[in-house]
Amino acid sequence: MFGKLSLSAIPFGNTIAMSAVSGALVLALVILAMITYYGRWTYLWKEWLTSVDHKRIGVMYIILALVMLLRGFSDAILMRLQQAMAAGTSHGFLHSGHFDQIFSAHGSIMMIFMAMPFLVGLMNIAVPQQIGARDVAFPFMNALSFWLTAAAALLVMVSLGVGEFSQAGWFGYAPLTELQYSPGSGVDYWIWSFQIAGIGSLMTGINFIVTILKMRAPGMNLMRMPIFVWTTLFTNVLMIFAFPVLTVALALITFDRYLGMHFFTNTLGGNPMLYVNLFWIWGHPEVYILILPAFGVFSEVVATFSGKRLFSYRSLVYATGAITVLSFSVWLHHFFTMGAGADVNAVFGIATMLIAIPTGVKTFNWLFTMYRGRIRFTTPMYWTLGFLTTFAIGGMTGVLVSLPPADFVLHNSLFLVAHFHNVLIPGSLFGFFAGYVYWFPKVTGFPLNEMWGKRAFWCWMIGFYLAIMPLYVLGLMGMPRRMEHYANLAWQPYLVVAAIGTAVILLGIIFQITQLAVSIRQRHDTRDLTGDHWNGRTLEWATSSPPAIYNFAIIPIVHDIDAFEDMKEKGIAYTRPERYHDILIPRNTSKGFISGALAFVFGFSMVWYIWWLAILSAIGILFTVIARSMDDDVEYIIPAAEVERIEDERHRKFPSIASDSPA
Amino acid sequence: MTGEAVTISVMRTGEVEHTDTAARKAFGFWIYLMTDLVLFAALFATFAVMSRSYAGGPAGKDLFSLPDVFTETMFLLSSSATYGLAMLATYNGRKGLVLAGLAVTFVLGLGFISMEVSEFHAMILDGNGPWRSAFLSAVFTLVGTHGTHVIFGLIWMLVMMVQIFTKGLTAPVQSRLLCLSMFWHFLDIVWIGVFTVVYLMGSM
Repeated sequence: MFGKLSLSAIPFGNTIAMSAVSGALVLALVILAMITYYGRWTYLWKEWLTSVDHKRIGVMYIILALVMLLRGFSDAILMRLQQAMAAGTSHGFLHSGHFDQIFSAHGSIMMIFMAMPFLVGLMNIAVPQQIGARDVAFPFMNALSFWLTAAAALLVMVSLGVGEFSQAGWFGYAPLTELQYSPGSGVDYWIWSFQIAGIGSLMTGINFIVTILKMRAPGMNLMRMPIFVWTTLFTNVLMIFAFPVLTVALALITFDRYLGMHFFTNTLGGNPMLYVNLFWIWGHPEVYILILPAFGVFSEVVATFSGKRLFSYRSLVYATGAITVLSFSVWLHHFFTMGAGADVNAVFGIATMLIAIPTGVKTFNWLFTMYRGRIRFTTPMYWTLGFLTTFAIGGMTGVLVSLPPADFVLHNSLFLVAHFHNVLIPGSLFGFFAGYVYWFPKVTGFPLNEMWGKRAFWCWMIGFYLAIMPLYVLGLMGMPRRMEHYANLAWQPYLVVAAIGTAVILLGIIFQITQLAVSIRQRHDTRDLTGDHWNGRTLEWATSSPPAIYNFAIIPIVHDIDAFEDMKEKGIAYTRPERYHDILIPRNTSKGFISGALAFVFGFSMVWYIWWLAILSAIGILFTVIARSMDDDVEYIIPAAEVERIEDERHRKFPSIASDSPA
Repeated sequence: MTGEAVTISVMRTGEVEHTDTAARKAFGFWIYLMTDLVLFAALFATFAVMSRSYAGGPAGKDLFSLPDVFTETMFLLSSSATYGLAMLATYNGRKGLVLAGLAVTFVLGLGFISMEVSEFHAMILDGNGPWRSAFLSAVFTLVGTHGTHVIFGLIWMLVMMVQIFTKGLTAPVQSRLLCLSMFWHFLDIVWIGVFTVVYLMGSM
């Protein structure tokens, strides 16, 4: 009836896991109780859970990302504490199996359930508005993508309290992930959460490519698109080419585990090295999927806060394109030591060094944009400057390990861990934070508090250097990654420093939460009625904040790269049109949410071998999709009169936009 | 620049905005097919790696019956032709003919999939299931993934027949028929690859 699932799957004996579970449960109950107490269920259901509005979906993505950031960071705290303590005769507080689950969960969550939702959320909020569109190309599919991602994230959270998570690292190398070596539920949780989230990402990729290529405002040719739209386009190209390979890699390991096949086993002709190749053919482009959107954010931020057009727009576009192509030619550098031979390693080593060139080009784009600009030192600009300085170090250590002989020495050491944290934290997370602060007033109508934002930035920045730089030294001293205990006492002082760094970052996160709370409390005083809080340059600042459901009452006509800046200079940014038109808007639907819920049930029952439930939920998903495909009544009309009422309301609140003069 | 001027004047004078949902859907579906092609590419690569990993078990030439596979192939290829005829009938607005064309396509597709299932069934009964060797794992996975796509195509075809019956050849129905047509022809092309790489090269 319940497959492998029994009460013994709940780790009652594990105090840390159980306190995390009860903490999460209590928090969930408090939130549910508050929603019930304030009678917000109907609102939540009608306005959010069933919404297909790209702005709402974007917000939900970012909330998911922030929640998962807390989870992933908690894992980081546990690992740093354990490694700071477990030297020589002390064994710390985590046993090896638990420690292995924690580092696997940390990587999986930060990549797939923090960074991916964060960037897709920012894309959702900004891209349709930046290209002057009303929504994405396929609004229902957008909701479906989100709910699949959320279902997969929930699956990871459930693994905390029911069963276990994978102990095989976030990339799950075979044959360790084979049933013979990992008989528990952990690897299955990892497989199904990645698979479900991956399908969501694939659909996001298709959706945004069509949106960007087919739905731009008149006059916006490709070379007038904002850079964030360009980086989003390339990111989604990477997604559609890379994610199917992940689907295959995960499917093959699934067949090995569930059907006894022999793709990656040690016996009967299986080839574990095939898995490593397939995984990184997805995995390396994935790194650029995480980083390119952040580069887009930095470009927008630098141009806006320097008050200048981006320096050499074209070179930045071509550099992004070059990175997109090259990112498919470097996957082997993740396993130089596997023994492909000197010639193969040389080719991939050189390709890896090449990819540093377009990235370097971008750095100069940003620097020259700032050069002689009137820079406003706002929080998004802080994150950008922090990125530029810190990422340069990470990039250089990357070129260092791209040399196969150096990699043979540094492979699997903490040097590598330091390197990829050094590129991914400033390179993508700082960019997402910059985007979060930058677009927050657009979404909510009030800005985030600058003082707390800068405090949070400094804690992150200092904490980052304290937590990551010692790992370079430890790597050169020969410390391998993923040790839950070590005998060499010379390593301990560095690990203590790293743990202190984590504590400083924790302070940064607390400041970010404070920032959010303070900003919400002050919202009546800080409300932005112009819709253009930062004096922005691109079209998303032409809409009101928060934007009306249709974004633009009249689709703007684009004449310049910095379309909105151009409109402001010409004095036509706030011209009231002679008349308004009816607007077609996609109707909300519960089918995205239902499909996501069924996907969660499917994943859970596959993990626990509850076959009847898996079959039922799969059929349920099939029928939900068929029912949706039968539905022709998916849009409704907002009459011109209603549009006029909404727009007049905006003009009334902010009288100066009724005149033609720029703000 | 003229193109731009034209678009702009249209936007200024047009009463209702023009949204070409059908073209957008078709473009999105092309992109989906590209992702599916990448998926099959990864499976073909896997098959290539595993193509000699018999682990003491049977090789392709011990297992495959080329005349059977040829019949199977003919079923699928002719189903593509009949689907093409159904699409021509769609453009001419001949509902009955579309339904007939889809019904024939469905039967041919079903014939293909039944032959594949019986082939797999016989192999498993002989003790040559996908768990016998890495080579057989790859055969079953590559051929089976294509077969699963065909099954989903058949389900989709049934749904479309119901829609044509209840809704008629409306614009959304036509747009869905076009997507299914692309999907069905795509599966043909993939099958040519499967037929060549798995069956012909395997029998040599």
